Parts: sequence; C-alpha cells; structure tokens
Amino acid sequence: MVNDLVVDLSRLQFASTALYHFLFVPLTLGLTVLLAVMETVYVTTGREIYRQMTQFWTKLLLINFALGVATGLTMEFQFGTNWSYYSSFVGDTFGAPLAIEGLMAFFMESTFIGLMVFGWDRLTKAQHLIVTYLVALGSNFSALWILVANSFMQHPQGAEFNPVTMRMELTSFADLFFNPDAQAKFVHTVLAGYVTAAIFVCSVSAWYLLQRRHIDFARRSFRVAAVFGVLGSAGVLTLGDALGYVGAHVQPTKLAAMEALWKSEPAPMSFTAIALPNQAEQRNDFAITVPALLSLLVTHSWSGTVPAIDELEGRARERVRNGIPAVQAMEKLSANPQDAAALAQFKAHGADVGYGFLVQRYAPGGDLTKVTDADIAQAARDAIPEVWIVFWSFRLMVGFGLLMLAYMVLATMMSLANKVETQRWFQWASVLMIPVPFLACEMGWLVAEVGRQPWSVYEMLPTWLSASTHSVSYMVFSISGFVLLYTIFAIVEIFLMLHFIKKGPEAHGHAGAAKLAGAY
Amino acid sequence: MEGFFALEAYALLKVLWWVLLGVLLTGIGVMVGMDMGVGTILRYVGRTDVERRVAINVIGPHWDGNQVWFILGGGAIFAAWPLVYATAFSGFYIVMLVLLWSMIVRPLGFEYRSKMPSERWRNVWDATLFISGCIPMVVFGAAVGNVILGVPFNFDWRLTSYYTGSFISLFNPFAVLCGVMSLSLAIYMGGTRLAAAASAPVSDRARTAAVVFALVAVVVFSGCGFWVATMDGFKLVSGPAAAAAQTPLHQQVVREAGALLANYAKYPALWTFPALTYAGLILGVLSLAANRPALAWWLGALAWIGVMGTVGAAMFPFMMPSITNPSHSLTVWNSGSSLRTLGWMTGWTLVFMPLIVWYTSWAFWVMRGKVDVKDVAASEHAL
Repeated sequence: MVNDLVVDLSRLQFASTALYHFLFVPLTLGLTVLLAVMETVYVTTGREIYRQMTQFWTKLLLINFALGVATGLTMEFQFGTNWSYYSSFVGDTFGAPLAIEGLMAFFMESTFIGLMVFGWDRLTKAQHLIVTYLVALGSNFSALWILVANSFMQHPQGAEFNPVTMRMELTSFADLFFNPDAQAKFVHTVLAGYVTAAIFVCSVSAWYLLQRRHIDFARRSFRVAAVFGVLGSAGVLTLGDALGYVGAHVQPTKLAAMEALWKSEPAPMSFTAIALPNQAEQRNDFAITVPALLSLLVTHSWSGTVPAIDELEGRARERVRNGIPAVQAMEKLSANPQDAAALAQFKAHGADVGYGFLVQRYAPGGDLTKVTDADIAQAARDAIPEVWIVFWSFRLMVGFGLLMLAYMVLATMMSLANKVETQRWFQWASVLMIPVPFLACEMGWLVAEVGRQPWSVYEMLPTWLSASTHSVSYMVFSISGFVLLYTIFAIVEIFLMLHFIKKGPEAHGHAGAAKLAGAY
Repeated sequence: MEGFFALEAYALLKVLWWVLLGVLLTGIGVMVGMDMGVGTILRYVGRTDVERRVAINVIGPHWDGNQVWFILGGGAIFAAWPLVYATAFSGFYIVMLVLLWSMIVRPLGFEYRSKMPSERWRNVWDATLFISGCIPMVVFGAAVGNVILGVPFNFDWRLTSYYTGSFISLFNPFAVLCGVMSLSLAIYMGGTRLAAAASAPVSDRARTAAVVFALVAVVVFSGCGFWVATMDGFKLVSGPAAAAAQTPLHQQVVREAGALLANYAKYPALWTFPALTYAGLILGVLSLAANRPALAWWLGALAWIGVMGTVGAAMFPFMMPSITNPSHSLTVWNSGSSLRTLGWMTGWTLVFMPLIVWYTSWAFWVMRGKVDVKDVAASEHAL
C-alpha cells in the first residue's frame, strides 16, 4: 500500500513543477504566433522596422523557450518516475497523444526554431516566413495533443477498463481526440497564450514609451499586440464559458466546487459570487449570492439545474458500494484470468471500479471485506475536491480574464487613436499588467487539476493509488533538487529578460552583420 | 479465422514496436549523443572562447530538434510499453532524476551561454554543457547495462511495481562499463561532426578525440561482450501465447547461465550486429585518417545500430527482466499496449517519421558548410 505522505509529496512536486512549467508555455504559444504576424507584415510590406521587431521579440522568446523546453522534460519524466501506477494504468490511452505530440508537433517546432534563429541569411524571406509559421504551428499543435491527453484525465472518453490486463485500453481514437473537454480546453488555453503574449509585448513596449526610447518600434509593437490580444481575450472568455458548460456535464463535482454549491436547490439556481467555503460543515460561512444567475450561467437556461455537493456525495456512496465487488472481482481475475464467475461479477459492477479503489485506501491491509459504512461515507466525502481552492482560483481566473479583456479593448482603442504615446498613466497601467496573464493561467491550471481531485483519471483511478511506491526520503531528495534548480533558473531567466529588455532593440540590431554563423 | 488473424497481427505489432523502440533508442544515441559528445569535449576542442563558440554553433541550429529524439523516445515507451515506462522510470528514480536534472540545464547552456560577455558567466554554462553532455550518456548506457543484468522489482496483484534495490547498486561495474560505452560513442559522433563542420583548429582536435574514443569503444564493447557471455541470463519457460492480451503475472521465467547468447546460437545471422559495431568503428577511424569525417559520422551511426542490435538480439523477448522475481519479468509479449493503440501508433509513425527525416535533412542542408572561427568572432553580438 502507498504511504499517504509520499502521495502528498508527489502531488506537491507535480503541482509545483507543472505550475512552473506553465509560466513559460502560454508565452511561447502566443509569442510564436505574434512573431509570425509581425514577420508577415515585414515580408508583405518590406519595412525594416518589422524585421527588427520580429528579431527582437524572437530573442525574448528564446530566453523563455529554453526554460519551457527544460521544464517540459520534467513533466514527461514525472509520469513514470512518480506516478508509475497511473502510467501503467492509462499508458495505453494517455501515452498515445503524448507520443503523437512528439512526432507531429514538438519535432517540427524544435527543428524549425533552429532555422528561425540561424536561418535569417540562409533562407529567402518567404522561406524564413514559412519556417516561423511552422514554429508557431508546432507549438500550437503541441498544446492540442497535450490537452487531448489532459482531457482524458478529466473525462476518460474513448477507453475502457480491461479487467484481464488491469488497465484502461483504447476503444476509439476518434472519441479520445474529439473529447468535448479537449476541444473547448484547447482553444481556451491557446487563446490564453495569445493574450499572455499580447500583454507581454504591450507591457514591454509601454515601458519603452515611458522611457521615451525606441518610440516607433514600441508604438508599432504595441499596436500589433493590442489588436491580437483583443481578439484573443474575447475568445478566451467565450471558450471558458463553453468549458464550464462541458464541465457541468462531464465533471459535476468540479463544477459544484467551483460554485461552492453545497445544497441542492430547484431551478433557477442562485449564483454565489463571493463566499468563505467551509468544507468540514459543508456550508459557506459567508456568502453573497445573486438569485437565478447560476442556472443561466452554467446551463444557459432558466430552468436548468446542476447537482450540488450533498447530492453528489450521495451518488458517490452508492457507487462506492457498487465498486467494492468490482475491485474484488479484479483481484480474482488477477490470480486467474480465466475465472468466468469473476469476469461476470466484474461486468456487473465494473462501471464503478474506480470508486472501489477510492474506498480501498481505508480498507485494513487493502482487504475490502473489512470496509465499514464509516469508510464508505469517508470515501464519498473524498469524492468532492477541496472547495475553497477551486472556488477562489476560479474567481481569480475569471476576474483576471475580465480585467484583461477590458485592458485589451482600451489598449486597442488608445493605440488606434494614437494616444498610447502621450498618456503616461496608461503606459504605467500597461507595465503593471504584466503579471496578470501569468497569474490567470496558473489559476486556470488550479481550477482544472485541483477540481479533478480526488481522481487522477476522473471516476476511474484515484490519485492516492496512482503514485509510485517511493520512500519519503526519495521524495525529499527530489523536491529539494527541484526547488534548488528551479529557483536558480527563475533568477537567471528574469535577469536575462530584464537585461535584454533594457538593452532594447537597437543595440541588438545585427543589420550590418554579414553572417549569423555565431548566433550562440 | 478473422479473429485468429487479428491475434497474430497483435504479436507482430508487439515485435514491430520492439524494433521501433530500438530505432528510437538508436536515434537518441546518434542525434542526441552527437550533441552531448560535443558538450563533453567542448573545453578540449575549444581552447579559446571563440573556438568554443564555433563548436557550439556547429550544433546550435540542430540540438533542439535532435533532443526531440529523446522526448519522443520517452513518449513512445509510455504509449507502446507503459509497463516498461512505469517500472523503469520509477525503479531507477534517483538515477532518472540525475539524468533529468543534467538534461534540463542543457537548453539553458546553449541558449544563455553567449548572451553575456562575462568569462565567468560563460565558464558556468560551459560546465553545464559538459555535465549535460556526459552524465546523460553515461546514465543511458548504464540503464541498458542494468536491464541486461536484470533489475530488482516485483508487482503486487494489481501491477503496482515495487523496486527493492538500492540506488547505488545501479552503478555496478558492468553498468558503468556500458555507460562508458555509450559516452565513447557519443564523443565519437560529436567529434566526427565537429571534424566535418568546424574549421581548424577545432576540427583537428575533434578528430583526435573521435579516434581515441572509437578505440575506447572497441575495447569496452569487446569487454562487455566477454562479460555477457559469462553472465546469467533469463529464459522464458512458459507463459500465455505471444499474441494474447496478458500481464506479467502468469509466466514462468528462470535464470540460466549463457541465456544471453541463446538467440545467437539459434540464429547465427544475429552476429551481424556485433560485426556492424566493429566494422563501423574501425572503418570510421580509417575514414578519419583519410580525412573523410562526414563518412566517419555515418559509420558511427552504423556502429550505434550494431550496438543496439547486439543488445536487442541478446535480450529478446525480455525487455526488463526482474532478478528478485524472474517470473515478473517484462517481455515483448506482456508489457505492450493493446492492439488498437499499437495499430494507431504505427499509423502515426508511418506518416510522420518520414516527414521528420525529410525536414531534419533539409535543416542540415540549409545550414551546410563549415562554421568558421572568423565568422563567429565577427558575430559576437548576434541574437
């Protein structure tokens, strides 16, 4: 059996390395596309300043990209090193999109980013532009496949549990790929990346305007980014809404936690705007509610309802009871795969096998015959994620999203009216916006992944069972190593970013340099 | 009849993915190994900062794309051999972390090193390029060495894997020797690449390094070969049919002296693989002597195919044998993904692998020619 502390430390390590990785990903996603836009303007108009813009922002992209690649390696390793049972349980289905991501997307992105940097004097203008587009396409395809994989964890569609091989096996590749969660999440995440890049470029450009340096460069960069960002942020909110709509159907526990919805109520359900959720007593210690709004928001109708936590917990209790014989049948099949009675027993109860695992945590020595009603009630309570984290990270994400939409609309209007150069308050506001998209993205990750708990694969595999059987000392060793390395990385990255932003585009211009033989 | 055909196809797909795993590991050795070899000998081939930058810029446009062989290798093991991925990555935990940490400083080494003029700054990143060159290649070889020896792990009824060995036992003499083997091949590949694509004096020193490490590889390969001949191997006594969907819980495996040579005794044509290794390395040294470094690089790739083939031929059908409970050993038959997944993965690979080879070749063609000391010195402030 797995040690609880090891599971918690494994979760801590995964969450912190994933959140760290996710600081770099959205910027790469958006900036590669924004660079393709800038370079398109350069190639079609032939104006030098757009080449200068493309090259300067490429340099900042590379500083960011290096860390994205580096911390991405950690993510690929970690499923195997720390979540080995998860890996063998779902590798058949979950591994495929990850491998395809490498084949189709990451290979393309990584091969062409080399040419994007080193190829300026080796490729024709049109060829280089195509290379830049391929980098952007690669990074976006990468996001697509990663999110197809992630959506399988959220809504395991396209696979079935096979009691003989004791793992989830692919039943339909199309169902895996066209997971509704994946479709909405892909567009939502990618657009969030575009907004991140847009605000990054706007902020840095506004800083130059504040300094009264590189005026023309900054003004034009600002405008391209603002228009790009306003489209993106409108899309993020629309798709975020679609994602909530999908979530209402496929992950009711996440939705209930997002809305701190403890007690069932008839339609139209009221919306809790702000609350202090109290998980122990299953109520909000304090709440401000808006009547009837929730039904409209999540079901897009006045008469729709969604299940609250009390109802979901009741359902979970039934499913735990039904899951126990499923796990017992699986154990018999493990000893003898030809056991027909066990197979029939599994067929009858197998849909809830995940809930059987959920309660096994409390079974003495893993023996499910010793499970008590109290254990079952506890397992059903576990089926609800930690409400206050999900509730508040969701509200912060949406709040930041609305703030960014307002900012981007304002930025576009100011830019088109040529007012950005003169309004110092707005330049300051733009500089101060820089952390907002990053925070919003991190909050989005928290909503999605904390809201998925207690499952690593929703309703199929509990997180506690997914972890590798390491010792606590191994976990302390690895977490210490990550903290040390990632802290150094963060310092170096911020130092280099600030250094090159301060240096600005003109100092770097290699317009005269004959060859880029020594780009590194 | 149709069912029978599907089942046989499944056994065939398992073997195909075992071969493809070999192809991916060879790809890692050839492409990632080349860049890591350059990292390892960076301070030897480059005595001045400009010379070091020449070496870095030879692989500069390609290291990122090449590294994806490594990432794809990991992804493909996950998708096609989930039990191997889960058991090996968690069992080798500390070693995997050392590998990971040495690898994640590598992108930063390339990308950040020449961004600041300070000598101290650059020395630090040179150190990371050295560490991220030699440590992963030693671990890569040592992991293969441990797999040949067998690994202390077992499963419970649910297939949760338990690793029962210590971290230090992974650095046993045989595994370390295998690590030296893969590092030597990496230095050879990096050396021949620099000999072909850098200007003197970097190319001259690189050639020397390649010759020395080709000879080291020949000696170590022979040593490993004799060692393996005396070692206990594993023998699959009985188990479910090759084409059946199965777990590693229902087979009998025994340890047996000389079992690692059993396939060679049965199919003498397999001796082609060790012969390829010798031929590649010896002809490679001769090509370097004849000043044909590009040819020497291709011969090095042949040697990698030889090494991977040698190991695979000795191990088949074992992928990761267990020394603590041999009957829990992972084989080609019991640790692969389902028929449908392997089928889909084959389709995707058939479409995209040729594309990857094509655009990688194009990228090398675009960047063809030598990286010159003068050009590099002139572009100090580029990007």
